[in-house]
Amino acid sequence: MAKVRLATVWLSGCSGCHMSFLDQDEKVLELAEKIELVYSPIADVKDFPENVDVTLVEGAVGNEEQLELLKRIRRNTRILVALGDCAVNGNVTALRNSLRNSDEEVLKRAYVENASINQAAPKQVPRLLKRVLALNEVVNVDAYVPGCPPSAELINQVLNDLLEGRTPVLEGRFKYG
Amino acid sequence: MSKPIELTIDGRKVVAEEGETILKAAKKNGIYVPTLCYLEGVSSFGGCRLCMVEIKGSPRLFASCITPVAEGMEVLTDSERLRRYRKWAVELLLAERPHVCSVCVANGSCELQQLATELGVDHLRVDREWTDYEVDLTHERFAYDPNRCILCTRCIRVCDEVEGVHTLDLMLRGKNSKVVFDLDENWGFSQSCTSCGKCSAACPVGALYVKGKPLSEVKKKDLVSFIMERRSGK
Ligand code: SF4
Ligand code: SF4
Ligand code: SF4
Ligand code: FES
Repeated sequence: MAKVRLATVWLSGCSGCHMSFLDQDEKVLELAEKIELVYSPIADVKDFPENVDVTLVEGAVGNEEQLELLKRIRRNTRILVALGDCAVNGNVTALRNSLRNSDEEVLKRAYVENASINQAAPKQVPRLLKRVLALNEVVNVDAYVPGCPPSAELINQVLNDLLEGRTPVLEGRFKYG
Repeated sequence: MSKPIELTIDGRKVVAEEGETILKAAKKNGIYVPTLCYLEGVSSFGGCRLCMVEIKGSPRLFASCITPVAEGMEVLTDSERLRRYRKWAVELLLAERPHVCSVCVANGSCELQQLATELGVDHLRVDREWTDYEVDLTHERFAYDPNRCILCTRCIRVCDEVEGVHTLDLMLRGKNSKVVFDLDENWGFSQSCTSCGKCSAACPVGALYVKGKPLSEVKKKDLVSFIMERRSGK
């Protein structure tokens, strides 16, 4: 059987969802038998490849680079999974949406008001979006794995469902938020 | 005693008292109906629609917390259709203000979160509002974060009908509605509040709470019905 081409992506999140993914412990080894990891923060691949079967996306969409990347992911992926609350609904990443002009304001708060040295907003980073977006505000999402972070067990169950061609049913398996 | 009424709920024959609501009859018979704005011991107003039921012969759905029983009524408390609407009700509540459970005091002891879990809300199908109400920390013991308020008015009814003070009320309309103290005073400066804490006990979410206490200790949904029962001498 051909191996399933799996990608994992880290947008605006804390990496906790990826930690939880790795927390599957020995089950990662079982998983490794069935998949080929074609793109991931833990794999050295520059560009998001074509023809990906399953992509797990951690994090919300916070800047223009991520916006472009997510659209590319959607074009190249058969099953796109929102992994964790930031991807599912914005979560902590989107808290800045409550500030007016949050793209400028959040940088000011972090790098000017709360900095004791070099008080200046960084310039060499991708431009922030006016508003942090959940994945489904940008593209179609095929499955949602809520949790902050989702448990390793839940991630494992969802992945196994997907690898075996089942639509994951989450009802009764998770706690909201 | 008033006249007994016979009806069926989920195919079970039950006997209720005249004037009783469908919700009450269901509860007495151990049939679970999800609720949110309903609070045992104070008046009901049928706002949240979580308690909707189907009644045979009508295409409408009925809020069971305000619909009285009737002879021969055939009630359905659970169906594909009801679950679909309940799920929407919860999603809309979650979308109306920025509910970020992972940083919320009520995480793990919140009725809205619990219902979302129960109904399998794994994402929101509508865009969310990111309100920026100021959090009121002016009271020595209590805190109020309107950004998590779902406008269920349980606090208002408790303050009015149980504590007998009516410090709390609603200001403005629709999604801009806001629970306020006195004439939109900060809590700590309210002239009428007796600092009884009943509102915090009755609030189903993380909007009203006691400072520095885990919410699992503060939320006491049963407190109100307990007080009312004692008062009626039962
Ligand atoms: S009030 Fe409840 S639903 Fe809202 S953020 Fe807090 S825990 Fe989540
Ligand atoms: S603490 Fe104050 S506002 Fe709350 S119920 Fe008691 S009197 Fe009303
Ligand atoms: S503060 Fe709490 S009890 Fe009062 S209306 Fe809002 S959610 Fe309901
Ligand atoms: S509980 Fe009946 S409408 Fe809210």
